[in-house]
Amino acid sequence: MESYVVKKSNPIINIIVGIFLGIWALINLFPIYFMFTFSLKSNAEIFGENIIGLPKEWLWSNFTQALGTGNMVLYFVNSLFVTTMSIAISLMAAMMACYAITRIKWKLSKLTNAFFMLGLTIPLQASIVPVYVVMSRLHWLNKYTTLIIPYSAFALSMAILICTGFMVEIPMALDEAARIDGCGLFGTFFKIILPLMKPAVSTVGIYSYLQCWNEFMFANVFISDSKHRTLPVGIKALSGAYTTDWGPIGAALVIATFPTLIVYIFLSRKIQASFIAGAVKG
Amino acid sequence: MNDDKRKKKEKKKADIARGLTIFVFLLPGLLLFVGILIAPIAVSIDRSLYDWNGFSPGTFIGFNNYVELFTNGSIKFMTSLKNALILAFFSVFVQLPLALLLALLLGRAETRLNRAYLSIFFMPVLISTVVIGQLWLKIYNPDYGVLNRFLDAVNLGQLKHIWVADPKTALGSILVPTIWQYVGYHMLLMYAGVKGVDIDLREAAMLDGATKWQVDRYVVIPIIKPIIRVSVIFAVTGSLKTYDLVRIITEGGPFQMTEVPSTILENMLFLRNRYGMGSTISVMLILLCFAFALLITAAFREKDE
Repeated sequence: MESYVVKKSNPIINIIVGIFLGIWALINLFPIYFMFTFSLKSNAEIFGENIIGLPKEWLWSNFTQALGTGNMVLYFVNSLFVTTMSIAISLMAAMMACYAITRIKWKLSKLTNAFFMLGLTIPLQASIVPVYVVMSRLHWLNKYTTLIIPYSAFALSMAILICTGFMVEIPMALDEAARIDGCGLFGTFFKIILPLMKPAVSTVGIYSYLQCWNEFMFANVFISDSKHRTLPVGIKALSGAYTTDWGPIGAALVIATFPTLIVYIFLSRKIQASFIAGAVKG
Repeated sequence: MNDDKRKKKEKKKADIARGLTIFVFLLPGLLLFVGILIAPIAVSIDRSLYDWNGFSPGTFIGFNNYVELFTNGSIKFMTSLKNALILAFFSVFVQLPLALLLALLLGRAETRLNRAYLSIFFMPVLISTVVIGQLWLKIYNPDYGVLNRFLDAVNLGQLKHIWVADPKTALGSILVPTIWQYVGYHMLLMYAGVKGVDIDLREAAMLDGATKWQVDRYVVIPIIKPIIRVSVIFAVTGSLKTYDLVRIITEGGPFQMTEVPSTILENMLFLRNRYGMGSTISVMLILLCFAFALLITAAFREKDE
């Protein structure tokens, strides 16, 4: 590939680099491998002689136990519902706000955008006390919306940031053409802009998905009844209940993690791209 | 004359319609944003000046909460702040250099192997911190954990610890997974920057006889500096906000030695019913996050000049 003369890199350094990258890959993969194997082992194997090997006997009953008595099915469905709703709400609100900010000319549009961008630096902890007090007074704790509303709010700023990036790419000529055809501002948004925002949907969706799926602090503080627990809180509860039985805990960890990892294997570039979009512009 | 009036009227009508549209389109976003973020912060600032249990109206005490936060040792705020800053220090000086090194190495050539490495190194970012905490708890387990067993196997049994409960190693046991989890994240951001460096620029430098390391040092790193700045800000504010791993791995123990601001905040609400003090901690967190973000930005600007 290098047709011109350049200094050859030192082969010894190349080997060291290769070993370093290899070891770092192992350090990254080992905990994931470890989680998978102990989810299928009995205590005897985990505590005995077969700590890091593949399971001798594949104990799928750990999974039935985690899913059944461990309630992981419920927690999984809860997480899925809360996450999906939060993404949908924040995305819709973000696209509408973006439309008003980037495609309609008015004096305070820049300022409004800057206002929304404050949310990128504000930590989740900032609002937890008042939100908790208000929600508990309104008897609004322990519902799905207890989490959906704050999650949507906290996903909003990033969603607006990413959507703006995509929306300014759409030529204004399209809006003007639509206007000439008799489309109002509303019509233009729903018929012209929304269909063109599909790439933004996946980028924002991926970013918000991870934020909501893995969120722990609000979920831990706001949800005390087991019916509405999401996966992270469920896992904490489960590990408290099965302190001596590692297999089912391992199974629960796998259930919470592997769906994401499997999707990641197929969509790694897309997922990486959405993280880059979320940070580089911010 | 009449025509002019009609035009004006129409324009006014159009302006009102436009204003209404803007309002309607902004409404859902503003409701969420103001309702859940901005208004609560305003309330937090106000309530941080009260002795308040969350239900009664509370008593106004001025800045007493702030003073107490720094002077009352039993609240452990100083400990928590120290821990957060230790986490921030190691994130900036261990995690980020490691991430930068990986990004530079992987950015040199777009081979299949490098792509695979990139994808593997990013994997931990996708895993919930709670899962990672549980996983490392199993690794640290004093009797059955992989770590102590490994030390036994290589005849270093004297290094064995009850990692999570030993005052000497408890904070470290939180630090290691924190660094482990997010190296991949920063690596990815920096990698994107490295890939954005003009290929011609690299080749020109190499033709001039620069080694790969020199190209990285004198060409690539200066160009990706803005990304490094973002990473430093994320690493520091992220450390200030730490909650999950502490809650899962040590619960703030032993003897509250590993508390962080967020766990103290939660303790104020649920163990002590001190909502005013909880608000004070919230406000301190916001202030610290913004202050560090500004400080880091200023430090990077200074260096450029």
